[in-house]
Formats: sequence, C-alpha cells, structure tokens
Amino acid sequence: MFKKVALLLLVLVLVGAFVACAPPVPAEIKIGVNAELTGGIPVVGASCKNAAEMAVKEVNDAGGLEVGGRKYKVTLLIEDNEDKAESAAAAAQKLNTAGVLVHIGANASRNAIPASTVCEDAKLPMISPWSTNPKTTAGKKYVFRACFIDDFQGVVAAKFAINELKANTASVLYDVASEYNKGIAEIFKKTFEEAGKQVVAFETYTTGDKDFSAQLTKIRASGADVLFLPNYYSEVPLQVQQAHKLGYTDTIFGSDSWGNLELIDLCGADCEGLFFTTHYAPDIATPKAQKFIADYEAAYGKTPDDVAALTYDAFGLAFQAIQAAGKIDRQAVRDALASITKYEGVTGTMEFRGTGDPVKSAVIIQIKNGKFTYYTSAAP
Amino acid sequence: MRFIIQQTLNALQLGSVYALIALGYTMVYGILRMINFAHGDIFMVSTYLGFFVASFLLGWALHLPMAVIFVLTLLLAMFGTSLLAVFIERVAYKPLRQAPRISAVITALGVGLFLENFTLATIGPEPRILPQVVPVINFNIGGVAVSSIQILILAISALVMFILDTIVRRTMTGMAMRAISFDKTVVPLMGIPVDRIISITFALGSSMAAVGGVLYGIAYMMDPYMGIRIGWWAFISAVVGGIGNIRGAMIGGYILGFVEIFVAAFLPSTYRDFVAFALLLLLLVFKPTGILGMPVVEQKV
Repeated sequence: MFKKVALLLLVLVLVGAFVACAPPVPAEIKIGVNAELTGGIPVVGASCKNAAEMAVKEVNDAGGLEVGGRKYKVTLLIEDNEDKAESAAAAAQKLNTAGVLVHIGANASRNAIPASTVCEDAKLPMISPWSTNPKTTAGKKYVFRACFIDDFQGVVAAKFAINELKANTASVLYDVASEYNKGIAEIFKKTFEEAGKQVVAFETYTTGDKDFSAQLTKIRASGADVLFLPNYYSEVPLQVQQAHKLGYTDTIFGSDSWGNLELIDLCGADCEGLFFTTHYAPDIATPKAQKFIADYEAAYGKTPDDVAALTYDAFGLAFQAIQAAGKIDRQAVRDALASITKYEGVTGTMEFRGTGDPVKSAVIIQIKNGKFTYYTSAAP
Repeated sequence: MRFIIQQTLNALQLGSVYALIALGYTMVYGILRMINFAHGDIFMVSTYLGFFVASFLLGWALHLPMAVIFVLTLLLAMFGTSLLAVFIERVAYKPLRQAPRISAVITALGVGLFLENFTLATIGPEPRILPQVVPVINFNIGGVAVSSIQILILAISALVMFILDTIVRRTMTGMAMRAISFDKTVVPLMGIPVDRIISITFALGSSMAAVGGVLYGIAYMMDPYMGIRIGWWAFISAVVGGIGNIRGAMIGGYILGFVEIFVAAFLPSTYRDFVAFALLLLLLVFKPTGILGMPVVEQKV
C-alpha cells in the first residue's frame, strides 16, 4: 500500500516538474539541413554543410536572430540523406520530429522531391538550395527553392543567343533520354522561335553515345550561327571536340550542367571561349557576394561553388522570413517566405510570386584561360 | 555531295571500330559455338590499358618520339588484353566447356559485369581521355573535314584486319582454327592441340578489340560502361555479317557504321536506333545466317 502511494506521488512530482520546466516560448530556433554528405555526390553535401554552418555562425556571432523584439540563438541539425530518395524522406521525417522551424535541403532533385512530399504533409517550410526540377515545388504550398528552374535556363540561353551572340539561326544537340537536357532544349527552341528566329537543326542522341559525328555534320551543313549543348559536363567535351574536328567554328554554349571543373580537364583548349548559363559566378561583383566568398575561403580554404552559394542564400531567405513572420511558428514563416518581395542574395536578387520558385537572374560564364569567368547577368 | 562524303568518312571511322570488335565475337563463336558476352568489356579494359601505358610512357623521362609511344601503346595494350582474355577463358569458360551452352553464356555475362564493376571500383566512374599520342591535325579538302585521327583509325584498322585475315587463311595455326570450327570431334584425333588453339583464338580476337580500344580512346573517351553499347553494336555486326565468319564480321561492322550514321543523317536522329535495328531485322528475315554465314548443319554423332 505504502509502495503504491509512494509511486503515485513520485509520478505526480515528475509530471509536475516537466510541466513547470516546459518554457512558454523556445529560447532557440532549430533549423534542419538535409544534405548529401555521403553517396554519389559528397562534394555537394560538403559544400551545403559548410555554407550552412557559416550562415548560422554569422547569425549567432551577432548575438542571435532578432524575432519580435527578442534575440534567439540558432541551432543547426544536419542529417545525411546518403544521396538516396528513401533516406532523404527519412531525414526530412527525422528533422520534422526534432521540431525544426525550417527544413533546408535536399540538393539533388532526386532527393529533394521525396523530401518535399514529407515537408508538405508535415506543413514544414522547406527550401531546397539546388534542386532545379520543376516537380520539387509544383503544386506544393510549403516548398521553396533558392535556385531557378530548368525552364528558365532555356529562356535565358535563347535570349543570350539572340542579344549577345546576335544569332539568327541556332542548332541544338541534346540527350533525348534525359529529362533535364530535353526540358531545356525544348524551352530554348520555343523561346528562340517565338522571337522570330529559326532553329535550323534540332538533333538528339541517347545517354552513353560517344559518336555524334552524324548529327554534328548535319548541324554544320545547316549553317547555324550558334550551337547549344544543354548536356552534362562529362559529354560536352566530346561533342565540342568532334564539332571542331568536323570543321565547326562558330560559338558553342550550354547550361549549368557544364559547371564542373572536370569539363576543362577533359576538353582542354577546345572549350576555350565558350559560354554557359548558371546560378552564380565566384568572381561576380556585388559586395555581398564578395564578402561571402572571402569569408568562405577564409573558413574552408576553397572557393565556394554554386551549391555553397545557394545554401547560404537558402539560409538568408529563411532568416528574412522568420524575422518578417515575427514569431516562431511554421505557418507564419511559410506565409512570410511566400510573400518575400526582395531578397538580396549572393546568387542575385530574388522574389517569390505565388509559387515556390524564385524570380531571379542567371549568370553567364565564359571559359577563359582554363577558368570559369563571369561574363554577364541575365534578368528574368 | 560534300555532306555525303563527310558522312561516309564518319561512317567508316565508326564502322572500323565495330568491325575490330566484331572479330572477337565471331572468332570465339566460330571455334566454341559460344557468344562471349564479356567481349565488349574486354574492349573497355583494353582502352584503359592503353590509357595507362600511354600516360606512363609520356611521363617517362626518355622523351620517346610520338610514333614510338603510339606503337608501344598499341602493342602493350594488345598484349595485356590478350593475357586477360586467355586468363578469362581458362578460369571461367574452360571448366564449362561440356556444360549446357546457356551456362557459358551466363558466365560470360557475369565476367562482363565483373570487369565493369572492377573498373568502376578501382579507377572510378569519371570519364577519361587517352593522353595525346597522335597530333590532331584537321584538314579541309574541298569543304570536307578530315582529321589526322580519322586517317589513322581507317589505316590501322585496315592493316590489322588484313594481317588477321592472312593469319587465319595462310598459317598452320589459322588452318587449325578453321579445322576446329569445322569439326570439333575429329580434329583432336589428328594431333591438333585444341586448348592451345582456343587460347590463341581468344588472344587474337581480344587483341583486335585492343586495337579498336586504343583507337577509340584516341578518338572518343573512356568510362567503365562504354563496353556495353559498343559491344552490342559489334555483336550485331558479327550477326549481320554471318557469325563465325571473319570477313563477314568486318563487312558487318562497316554496315552497322553506315546504317547508324546515315539513318541519323537523313532522318530525325531520335529515330536512329529504331530505324537502324528495323533495317537489320529485315535483313535477317531474308538472310537469317547473315551476309556471309553458312547454314549450320547439326551433325549427328
């Protein structure tokens, strides 16, 4: 009898203690990162983690994030999604259970799409830094991204060909078996032709092909002013070299899938002077970007890539939205994110117009002396 | 007209590589009645061998002339690839010689997967190019672009195929090969060392693939999965030419090169493989044994 009473008292005391300890408002803001730390693209995960830690450290060093007149410390929870769709969903679930206010990640679209479904169901605001596939945000209320979508690159490339390269006719060679390449190529063609210009050769191949001589001979015979190659960096060098061997001498340009330094190793002098559209250029001139690059180099000893810059911007967007919301509440943060009209980021100025895809500018890079060099910016 | 000449050159270049690889399929089939599905991956390994030999020779302080480096790369890649193919035959195929034919085919597929994944694990998935052992010079002859590499590929392929043809037709070893292919039960009774001839067949077939591999590495790029697609096209070349027939494989290789290039040249390139294979199917409907193939008469023992 005595034992039972003692146990009951103990339980009551413990419950009381918990109730008494639970603070009315949290003293900190938790932000979750869902990144590809291991798996096929560990470089992407590492850049994401570095930039996330840097963004959070900057805020905490300044005394924390001021929300509704009170300063909050920001804590970072980082989960590895192993570059697998199912692990990305599990990581998002884990971060949701841990009570994060905003979910940053995942980066590759194959991981960001499953994570976005989890976040949407949990009504947890999510920002993917690097996923350019339209499906990540399509039809979702709580999912945002810091980069532009594939379609936009097709538009930018077409405008670049018309305005900067002064092209009247264009040719395209793209991988018909890959969603990314096909999407950009089709948008490019549509935009280019709507401007009254002509796509005189629209040629395809399938993933794994190494000989493009038939298509490139056709392209050369078509007399097109420019050649657009929205293909991956591992295939572009072959296409450029074969084009040159077949006597093609006009301008060749591509999309953000070129943006890996391996392109230059494989391509050598053949890629000199060529252009591609992408998210960001390390030598871009805005003071904010310069400060970010200098800080990143000081902290990690290397130049930040596009993933690092976009992750930093994803945090910037999250902080701005939390401050605008004025309270620690997921719904309020989502609403504030959706109504951001101006955010000055490292990768350019962004705004959201009713969808999770920001309206922002792209950057055109030229390959000069074996380096990716900033050429110009393209407004949306 | 210039367009047609240019595309013909493109087709000859691609066809040469297919023909060189198709020889390995056809020779092994001729002698063992077995399709060596690992052959495409042996071709891939040969390209990597060429890559390492060329990188080593270029890095060496001796400053050998380019031509010497090229010939050494070719010969060492041929030698290394032959050793590999003979080793594979001894370890993976010989124990199965009396087993049902399907076992050997499955083993060959397994060997191919092993080679792919071994290369993937040890060398990595990133594509590589062979260091420049041949200077690239682009000629423009009346509006037709010809590169030094293209000329080299056509010349070397023709030369080694001529040598192989001579070996098979004019030497005792070649005669023994043809004899085994003709009748496997009687030939050993005449004192012909069957195992050695089979090894030589594998060595010759894979060294042809190695020539193709090095030339391919110079003209294109290498990655661990490159052998799959090219291996299929070369295998089909062998079938079109008449599997088991060496000249047939050469002709088949060039036919596939021409079909692949010209379908893409005159039709939308998206339909290339579909139209190309439809044409080949049609050919096989009217000539089921291929262009130079003989109908197989099953011998009753």
